[in-house]
Amino acid sequence: MKRMTFGHMTIPAALTLTLVLAACGGGQEDATDAVDDATGAVESAASGDAPASDAPAGDASGEVVVDGSSTVAPLTSAAGELFTQENAGVNVSVATSGTGGGFEKFCLGETDISNASRAIEEDETAVCDENGVEYTELQVATDALTVVVSADNDFITCLTVEELATLWGPEAENTITTWDQVNPEFPAETIELYGPGTDSGTFDYFTGEVNGEEGASRADYNASEDDNLIVQGVSGSANALGYFGYTYFEENAETLKAVEVDSGDGCVAPSPETSADGTYTPLSRPLFIYVSNASYADKPQVASFIDYFVANDAEIAEASQFIALNDEQRTALTDAAAALAG
Amino acid sequence: MASMGELAAGAVAPLRAGKNSDRSPQSILFLIALWVALGFAVLCLLTLLIDAVLDGLPRLDANLFTQYASTLSPETGGARAAILGSAMVIGFTALFAIPLGVAAAVYLEEFADGERWWNRLIEVNIQNLAAVPAIIYGMLTAGFALAIGLERRVVVTAAIALALLILPVIIVTSREALKAVPSEIRQGSLALGATPLQTVWRQTLPAAVPGVATGTILALSRAIGEAAPLLLLGGLSFVTYDPNGLLSGYTVLPIQIYGWVQQPQVEFRQLASAAIIVLLLLLLLMNAIAIIIRNRYQRRW
Amino acid sequence: MTATTADGGSLLGAGPGPGAAARDLARTITRRSNRVGEKFAMALITLAAVLSVFITIGIVASLLLPAIEFFSFEDSPSVVDFLTGTRWAPTFADASFGVLPLITGTLWTTGIALLIAVPFGLGAAIYLAEYASFGVRRVLKPVLEVLAGIPSVVYGYFALTFVAPALLKDILAIDVGTYSVLAAGLVLGVMIIPTIASLSEDAMSAVPSAMRDGSLALGANKMRTVLRVVFPAAISGITAAIVLGISRAVGETMIVALAAGTQARMVAAPDQPGQTMTGFIAQTATGESQPGTITYDALFAVGLTLFVITLIINVISIRLVRRFREKY
Repeated sequence: MKRMTFGHMTIPAALTLTLVLAACGGGQEDATDAVDDATGAVESAASGDAPASDAPAGDASGEVVVDGSSTVAPLTSAAGELFTQENAGVNVSVATSGTGGGFEKFCLGETDISNASRAIEEDETAVCDENGVEYTELQVATDALTVVVSADNDFITCLTVEELATLWGPEAENTITTWDQVNPEFPAETIELYGPGTDSGTFDYFTGEVNGEEGASRADYNASEDDNLIVQGVSGSANALGYFGYTYFEENAETLKAVEVDSGDGCVAPSPETSADGTYTPLSRPLFIYVSNASYADKPQVASFIDYFVANDAEIAEASQFIALNDEQRTALTDAAAALAG
Repeated sequence: MASMGELAAGAVAPLRAGKNSDRSPQSILFLIALWVALGFAVLCLLTLLIDAVLDGLPRLDANLFTQYASTLSPETGGARAAILGSAMVIGFTALFAIPLGVAAAVYLEEFADGERWWNRLIEVNIQNLAAVPAIIYGMLTAGFALAIGLERRVVVTAAIALALLILPVIIVTSREALKAVPSEIRQGSLALGATPLQTVWRQTLPAAVPGVATGTILALSRAIGEAAPLLLLGGLSFVTYDPNGLLSGYTVLPIQIYGWVQQPQVEFRQLASAAIIVLLLLLLLMNAIAIIIRNRYQRRW
Repeated sequence: MTATTADGGSLLGAGPGPGAAARDLARTITRRSNRVGEKFAMALITLAAVLSVFITIGIVASLLLPAIEFFSFEDSPSVVDFLTGTRWAPTFADASFGVLPLITGTLWTTGIALLIAVPFGLGAAIYLAEYASFGVRRVLKPVLEVLAGIPSVVYGYFALTFVAPALLKDILAIDVGTYSVLAAGLVLGVMIIPTIASLSEDAMSAVPSAMRDGSLALGANKMRTVLRVVFPAAISGITAAIVLGISRAVGETMIVALAAGTQARMVAAPDQPGQTMTGFIAQTATGESQPGTITYDALFAVGLTLFVITLIINVISIRLVRRFREKY
């Protein structure tokens, strides 16, 4: 073994010590209650006890397992966070396997709630029936599916549905590779495309509306279930284009530009208003959560969470920058939730 | 006539005349090339560290350690679940991997007849396993967990995956440590009437502990930084609670960082950098401990 | 020392240690222990060693069984189509399962990584082994060890947030998108520099100084000695180091998952995005995978391909080491 002298070894030790001290002293900002409670909880957690004994505790405890659409996930995560602040004993975990992937697990009884950016399909309902999973569909928000380009992009403001179909259709694979093939006025730059994967409800909805058939799409683009990767990809290049839910555009409005869509009546930009009054077509769509009736009945923490979600739907949507329901849709929601509880 | 001694002295003298007594342009260029090569590595390390530190230092506050990850307010979110998760998973990984690895090393080094084909097979096998990509250990553990009905997304499965990953490394370093113990120790013990197993347990192994400890800590520090095997075990989900047992859901620092890096908002970048600083400090600490053990307790025979 | 770069330590040869003599002695003195406790303990440690064989069997089984299932669906590709097809679109309506795009992604990232790691790694190794004073080596070897210990997710973060936007686009003015095999390959190269450097340095240090002295005595200068005598003498260890670097680059996941992109295509230029085998596995694993479907099993088919490739690389390495090894 090589010998390293004591002197040499003090260098990493001293460095460690200095950095640790700097970190500890580096800022005691934020005097919210949560920090005080959590500090007490850290001690107990470090010694292996149950967490957050000081934080306000609701009656519920246990796990709520959520999976599904990455478009809806921020909404459910926000609901989960706000809910946990009042019910600290509940663990809400939100995964993003895509609308399709979420339904697969949901219909096997593995999850309590499934996030979905499209309605459940017949073959998925069949699997649920097979496994005896009964569910309730709740529309919790509206989405204006947004086509985005980089803020540095200077040649696209508006695209017609036909141009989108040219760009994204199955025949475009390996054929439509430069922008001037979509519109002769665009420069002859290489197209970079980003979009959701095939398990995404956003993918299903977009391809259904633009290409005429759900699932029909070119395959040679950067596909990802994680919409944040699409944001990163599109914002990093002036020749890139992508599509996802409106929230992701809202959150990244500085680096992205929303493309106006012309479905025959002029160019319309996506916004909560144009989505609510129907002028932004064909890319307005409802967002759902599907609740397992069995989970609602058997797990009080799930029932508590859903009740909280429904009651505070408007605040949750606003907090996470989603398009809230209009009054008609809100009534439908409360009715459906009442049916679930009753 | 010059004696052999004088000739020898004359021959040796130029060697000592100066380390780089050659001044030819190629030699100097060569040396510069070497310096550039070395400097490149150092430069990359410095750039990486400075980049991470500059980005993450503002977020290196109490919230980082006490708050859970938040999508709503990343400015006050933290890596609490990830830090505790890493600690728990590594603890169990050590529990699984160290006894197995040391036992296997003892067998191979002390008891196995190196001529037998099955022992050679085991040795070659371990060499191969050390070169298998980390993500494949995740696939192995996923298959294993599915086969015995164990949930994939829990702490114990993660610990199994990481333990399998570092097992070859622990075996190799423990063997080296055992090899370094001189045979006089063993022979003396045997001569005094101890059985081979007693010899190992009471003499050889204690003598090899510093080397074993060093190798183990370095192997564990590798495990702490691994994310790939855990991705397959359902490791990429949004966890806002402390892990509370072997069968609890969890997240670890590398996976939390992976998730945060993929978010484009600048607050998440900062969080990711801050978490990276924490992870690097942790690794620095483990490496420092390993070096201390190696220096203070390493016996020279 | 090989203990701290234990990945490849054994590749440089595990000869019989001092334990061997005691072992044989022990065997002659006490053939078998009569104590039950000892028999039990012996069984346990033997089992621990045999476990490694079970692990390998487990790896092969956990990869092979789903891979076989993958080829047995009705819309599965044939093995030939899988290995030679140039379109990888496993989840789309008209699915294709040609794995070549993923392999080109891996080849490009590994190739670029080697372009960085071999010259810089060997250069660093030569300097440390032949030119560095004791003090310099004391400081620089730990620097290399720190580089080796940095987790790959940190390298991936570095590739995505610094190398691609700042280094490549701004400073070097190369027109890359957010994702490219170039960014991933460069950082991958930096990651394996310590692997190549440490093992090569060990190999060169192991060359007996008699050879160096002989060369210097014959009038060669230091550079000639290093290049013409020491380097060729250590070639087996250096080859082992480079091959180990290759297998690490091929198997690396986090860097390529973060920086190379998710577009599986026949990559034709370094500034293009691409997807590697490991990147595809990571993407599918964190996506929608449900056991039993063809898209989930595709993950295992690619995993099996990866495993076979790294196995072949490892076998080649052992052969090369044995061929070039010089006994002193």
